[in-house]
Amino acid sequence: MTLSDRTQQAIDAAVSSNKDRPGALLPILHGIQDQIGYIPPEAIPQIAGELNLSRAEVHGVVTFYHYFRQSPPGRHTLQICQAESCQAMGSEALTEHARKTLGVGFHQTTGDQAFTLEPIYCLGNCACSPAIMVDDEVYGRVTPERLEQILAEVKEAQR
Amino acid sequence: MSIQVFVPRDSSAISLGANRVAKAITNEAAKRGVTIELVRNGSRGMFWLETLVEVATPKGRIAYGPVNPEDVAGLFDANFLQAGDHALKLGLTVEIPFLKKQERLTFARVGITDPVSLADYIAHDGYRGLKRALGLSGADIVKEVTDSGLRGRGGAAFPTGIKWNTVLNTPADQKYIVCNADEGDSGTYSDRMIMEGDPFVLIEGMTIAGIAVGATQGYIYLRSEYPHALQALNEAIDVAVANNYLGTDILGSGKTFHLEVRRGAGAYVCGEETSLLESLEGKRGIVRFKPPLPAIEGLFGKPTIINNVISLASVPIILDKGGAFYRDYGMGRSRGTLPIQLAGNLKQCGLVEKAFGVTLRELLYDYGGGSATGRPIRAVQVGGPLGAFLPESQFDTPLDYEAFAALWAVLGHGGIVAFDDTVDMAKMARYAMEFCAIESCGKCTPCRIGSTRGVEVVDKIIAGTDHAANIQLLRDLSDTMLNGSLCALGGMTPYPVLSALNHFPEDFGLQKTEQAA
Repeated sequence: MTLSDRTQQAIDAAVSSNKDRPGALLPILHGIQDQIGYIPPEAIPQIAGELNLSRAEVHGVVTFYHYFRQSPPGRHTLQICQAESCQAMGSEALTEHARKTLGVGFHQTTGDQAFTLEPIYCLGNCACSPAIMVDDEVYGRVTPERLEQILAEVKEAQR
Repeated sequence: MSIQVFVPRDSSAISLGANRVAKAITNEAAKRGVTIELVRNGSRGMFWLETLVEVATPKGRIAYGPVNPEDVAGLFDANFLQAGDHALKLGLTVEIPFLKKQERLTFARVGITDPVSLADYIAHDGYRGLKRALGLSGADIVKEVTDSGLRGRGGAAFPTGIKWNTVLNTPADQKYIVCNADEGDSGTYSDRMIMEGDPFVLIEGMTIAGIAVGATQGYIYLRSEYPHALQALNEAIDVAVANNYLGTDILGSGKTFHLEVRRGAGAYVCGEETSLLESLEGKRGIVRFKPPLPAIEGLFGKPTIINNVISLASVPIILDKGGAFYRDYGMGRSRGTLPIQLAGNLKQCGLVEKAFGVTLRELLYDYGGGSATGRPIRAVQVGGPLGAFLPESQFDTPLDYEAFAALWAVLGHGGIVAFDDTVDMAKMARYAMEFCAIESCGKCTPCRIGSTRGVEVVDKIIAGTDHAANIQLLRDLSDTMLNGSLCALGGMTPYPVLSALNHFPEDFGLQKTEQAA
């Protein structure tokens, strides 16, 4: 399988702008994921070659960190905080509502590719629990009704 | 002169609509032909009042909140720019009781200034600490920090001055200052508030640390969940570099300090200092054996100061006003102030910076206003997911490292999460084990295997299977994790588990009297 030009460009740009920095691997992986949303498997041997690491080392880093994805997410990522403060304010019911509304579980993407549902452990928004994050935006004191509204707004904004 | 209107850029405020409020105010002002100067400040830390809008008046700043975008036209109608009356008017911000009773040293500027304005920072006593430090020897700077009694605010409470002194006295061609901004504990957000609300104070603290021990490179390891903090830090670093507060020859002193933000990638264990260093080096965040201490062999094998955001952000005021000034706050061996974060099921969640010694009850009821749901508060977890649960009978404990240790509890990073009486403590114990299993780095067996077995044992207890034997097994397993784990993740997961079991035995199918041992 060959990579699309866009993907290859993202890998090249992330590698060339970061490879000479100390501890370059995480910045490179961030650079790629910022551009295309995940770390394609084809990127691993390329990065390994540039940094003089084994493929196993690069793969090990990609899989260690929850944030790095190995497959493309949906157009939007919905993260629902599962940590204690949000539990104290009903995150469990909110999560259940999200599962039902979207028809998917954690780490899954809806059939229309609109949303990927992920758990997250603390957004630092504990004063406004329960909290969720949609792409890069944090929302606080989210009720099931508000969640539906946010999802609709996000979907609408894209059209 | 146009009227200054303040709308926070803090991410919690944004999560409640602050950006939309700011836009509505700008649009409404334009529509009415009124000239205003909109300042995006940090948050005052009263999150039940966010979005808190403030207007500068000759008498001081007047607050309105919580403001929603649809309230904006009404505020203009009520002439809020001249402090006009409105249902949302709260009066002078500084007179709001939640804020008035605080002792804000580290948070002195948060919510007051424009976070990325250097002029604003300097006008509010910023960079006075650095200017004084530039005239002192490294040993004298370290002595001020030691004299202040400052202990690491990340959770371990190790004396900051001792750490610095070790790095100072370890000769090396390169040393590093690393800021641990991987604030992963649930119920904590003070690091985030500093980074978003007063990033210069962290930059100044790190610069002072670098000058003190001869480190020329600093890294802020920031968790990936904080995009707004990343933005604010990078803006402030650019301004500091452009104005010679960072870089080579800082303020003409001949001293060099470079600073860079690095993003984490969602691993809780990277809040542990050695795991963080591995991650900064571009590796899996696997915990290192100690010794060697990071102060001797840290980042890339070089002597490294690694401190929490709040520890470093407390350094400028210590250097500005002297170690004794800071040490005069607090009680016992807990000196200075602690930025406490109220979270979970409370009416008034927010940031309370107080000298050590304030009690949990004062925080939960006087500041927090009791539970949000109106039900009794049954348990609080202090110090994040590795902190103990405390029952109502312990609410009179003062916030003090030693007082908490005496109860087999921790202050940690100062986060307090309240739960009402609908909480199931067996479920919370299960969650603590589950969280440890998800986040374990996998290096040591007690944490890696123990946490997974722990989930299974709690499940059996909840199901009533072989009940007495499994209670004993949970205690034995906790003992192994406590004493056999390499770092605090496995080593402290038993705190929430056993405190839940000991204080709330009835949730584990035990009689209240069965709680011995």
